[in-house]
Amino acid sequence: MMSKKRNLIALAIFLLIALGTITANLWLPLSPTAIDAEQRLLSPSAAHWFGTDDFGRDIFARVVVAARVSLAVGVIVAIVATVVGTLIGLISGYFRKTDFILMRIVDGFLAFPALLLALALVAALGGSITNIVIALTIAFFPVMSRVVRSAVLQINNAQYIEAAKTTGTNNFVILFRYVLPNVLSPIIVQSTFIFAKAILAEAALSFLGVGVNPSTPTWGNMLQESQIYITIAPWFSIFPGVAIVITVLSLNILGDGLRDAFDPHSMKRKKKKRKPKQTAPAA
Amino acid sequence: MLEVNDLHVHLETPAGLVKAVDGVSFRLEAGQTIGIVGESGSGKSVLAHSLTKLNPEPPATYPKGEILFQGENILTMNKRRLRSMRGNEIAMIFQDPMSSLNPVFKIGKQLIEAIQTHQKLSKKEAQQKAIELLTDVGIPDPERRMQSYPHQFSGGMRQRVLIAIALAARPKLLIADEPTTALDVTIQAQIIELLKSIQQKYGTAIIMITHDLGVVANLADRILVMYAGKIVESASTADIFYKTAMPYTWSLLRSIPRLDAGASERLLHIEGQPPNLIDPPQGCNFHPRCPFARDACLQENPPLGERGPGHLAACVLSQPEFEKEKKGVLLS
Amino acid sequence: MTALLEIKDLHVHFPIKNGTFQKKTGKVKALNGIDLAVNKGEVLGIVGESGCGKSTLARSIVGLQKPTSGDILFNGEAYTDASAKEIYELRRNMQMVFQDPYTSLNPRMKVSDSIAAPLKAYKQTKNLESRVKELMELVGLNPDMHYNRLPHEFSGGQRQRIGIARAIALEPKLIVCDEPVSALDVSVQAQVINLFQDLQKKLNLTYVFIAHDLSVINHIADRVAVMYLGKVMEKSNRETFQAHAQHPYTNALLSAVPLPDPDKERTRERIVLKGELPSPANPPSGCVFHTRCPKATEFCKTNIPVPEERGVPGQEVACFYPVGEEEKVRITL
Repeated sequence: MMSKKRNLIALAIFLLIALGTITANLWLPLSPTAIDAEQRLLSPSAAHWFGTDDFGRDIFARVVVAARVSLAVGVIVAIVATVVGTLIGLISGYFRKTDFILMRIVDGFLAFPALLLALALVAALGGSITNIVIALTIAFFPVMSRVVRSAVLQINNAQYIEAAKTTGTNNFVILFRYVLPNVLSPIIVQSTFIFAKAILAEAALSFLGVGVNPSTPTWGNMLQESQIYITIAPWFSIFPGVAIVITVLSLNILGDGLRDAFDPHSMKRKKKKRKPKQTAPAA
Repeated sequence: MLEVNDLHVHLETPAGLVKAVDGVSFRLEAGQTIGIVGESGSGKSVLAHSLTKLNPEPPATYPKGEILFQGENILTMNKRRLRSMRGNEIAMIFQDPMSSLNPVFKIGKQLIEAIQTHQKLSKKEAQQKAIELLTDVGIPDPERRMQSYPHQFSGGMRQRVLIAIALAARPKLLIADEPTTALDVTIQAQIIELLKSIQQKYGTAIIMITHDLGVVANLADRILVMYAGKIVESASTADIFYKTAMPYTWSLLRSIPRLDAGASERLLHIEGQPPNLIDPPQGCNFHPRCPFARDACLQENPPLGERGPGHLAACVLSQPEFEKEKKGVLLS
Repeated sequence: MTALLEIKDLHVHFPIKNGTFQKKTGKVKALNGIDLAVNKGEVLGIVGESGCGKSTLARSIVGLQKPTSGDILFNGEAYTDASAKEIYELRRNMQMVFQDPYTSLNPRMKVSDSIAAPLKAYKQTKNLESRVKELMELVGLNPDMHYNRLPHEFSGGQRQRIGIARAIALEPKLIVCDEPVSALDVSVQAQVINLFQDLQKKLNLTYVFIAHDLSVINHIADRVAVMYLGKVMEKSNRETFQAHAQHPYTNALLSAVPLPDPDKERTRERIVLKGELPSPANPPSGCVFHTRCPKATEFCKTNIPVPEERGVPGQEVACFYPVGEEEKVRITL
């Protein structure tokens, strides 16, 4: 029960952040870009909930707007890495002859730490949002393809796959109508984790100065700008940092919750299968 | 020796309350073999586990009834007494011998441990005893086999080891829950012969739980037939097979293919599935599937009634009525 | 008349791989020279204990397992080395019913889609819905109630009916049934066995029916092949299978089956085989059964018997010392 509540809270927080940033223009009382030299580095107050930055801009407004870039990068990376990783994992797991080659390539990518790989790629490609998405996708798809492959290997010998083969169903149909739906749960769980990791990675890249254009408000950029003021205006660093923590945490909790919900080995389903007497036998 | 009176065992599941054992009573004398026959979901396994209170609680609860073993009620026994009873006086063997053995310890170690928990013996004496036990259950070359791990044994050999462990303390009662279901037919025959010889040698009483009427025909003195948590027929083995008084038992006997039957005979067809115990049918549990069902069967679940000496059956039909009806069904 | 299905000297070996580099260190001879034939309209029962290779045989017949050597012929045409397209054409006439009704259906697919899968695969999509409903009725399911349900809403017996509906959808000539009733409850087994028999008559089907339960085989099969360690020990027909079994192994199997009849149980003799099944990675020399055979001699350790007729017409036995009538353990009284 406890964990169910936790999942709901995480979902609510995440939705609040997402909706809040999308609709920001409609409700934000202060502009995130209005510069006011008189109001530099003010501490949090009723007028500026999170204080102001070194140009006198409202930090609350900037944190809210910055979520757009972070979430957009996260969503796109999660989707692209999931699609690419799933395709490779499906092919590698189902067509055993391709497995060796595909997995050695994937292992090659996995050999580099994800962030380092992304850093090198962005440094080479230049720091635009598109390039960051490409770099992070390359960094994160290998894990997905590993996860999908191992899930496919587990169900490869399931009788319903063999049954589909004996009924003359072609491999393409088997792959997308029989294999994919049955490995969907680890894919969804893994993609929420990629989402969270991508947000973190984007912030890290921006913080290191190779990320999104410094004029665009992102959490990473804000952290980078706030560095030198950390002793005199700690709120400048704290609020973007807290935003990252809350977003990533709620995504991770959601991912864990999804994993529990999908887990075929969770107690309830296990009982149903093994001991029909303990629950209702199907009508 | 063992007396079960009006035992109820309930399982609380997310889908609702399951009355897995619903008012079961029977007696077992020393040295006797009772067969409990039923399909999956009949409650036979829950009943077997109840006898040593082994059902996990929750979901299991024991709202009513008593289990008297040599006069002591197992359901109200304290934990220490219960633990010493299990294994010492009542031992159990299960369907899946692999999951009952610890895969990381050698067979010999597990057997010696079992012996030492019940008897104060030195390591050497226990080892000697272990070798004796393994010889008793027909494991060749026991000294060497003690050094093996469970995965190095076949299913039949593992079941023999479990029987050896069960026999370590010379129990008065051995409860065997589908011990041969996972085994091949020739190995099953070996295990059944082994159980018989153990009974002759040590006078151990056996409760054999199975879905296979053939297995108990060979082994049991008495048979209890379970359906939907209740005993629906209880009689000597011969009476169950030759003077069947309950339509379920009768249909079951005629629905199984027999090796000794002519090939082209069509099997009797029992319609439907075993009932859902969360929401059992009104009246007699078997009536939706019963070829003899009539209006009276909808009214109440018939109690066990006397059909002969030591022969109980739960059916609204009296024996002469049933005999007449049987002919009708066979003809149609 | 040529047989509908013919299996000639079929071998299936699995390599045993070991170590980091997956070096082949040996092989398991799952099937080791199988010769069998199935005529149109008959039921060939294949019986044996676990590890005898009967499931590998089923998989080889439907083309899920490539044979190491030997031939399988359907309607006189070999398809051992067939291309994917030829196998596709073959399966129009040859379908399979699987053992475990809980895992043989895609859990995320409506049962109507599962039954329609072969029809879609062979582009027979005209009147698809009514055809599926017709199939559901044929196997005793209620099309109005069950059409859109998922497999987990069904009991084991009903799922096996769904599996059967899928297998007959293309109106195949041959159905390979791999232990189709062994996972079912006793009271449900009879329903499914009767369904198999009804469908056979109605649709003029031929079955290869694989089971470990001799009673089921005795009930349903016209001819029986008894397998042990990848070899056929004895081939008999319905009349001779249990009454005139000649192979010591068949006799041991028959005597081990518990009969639901206490009087017969009390009086019959039981041949209890000694020892355990040898590893198929390292099968015994000569006759593979000699290590457990009550009649084995030195001769059996070095010479390999082949199935041939020895005394009983229509019955082939792979044994040098077939069990004679006078020494037989009688099953029927």
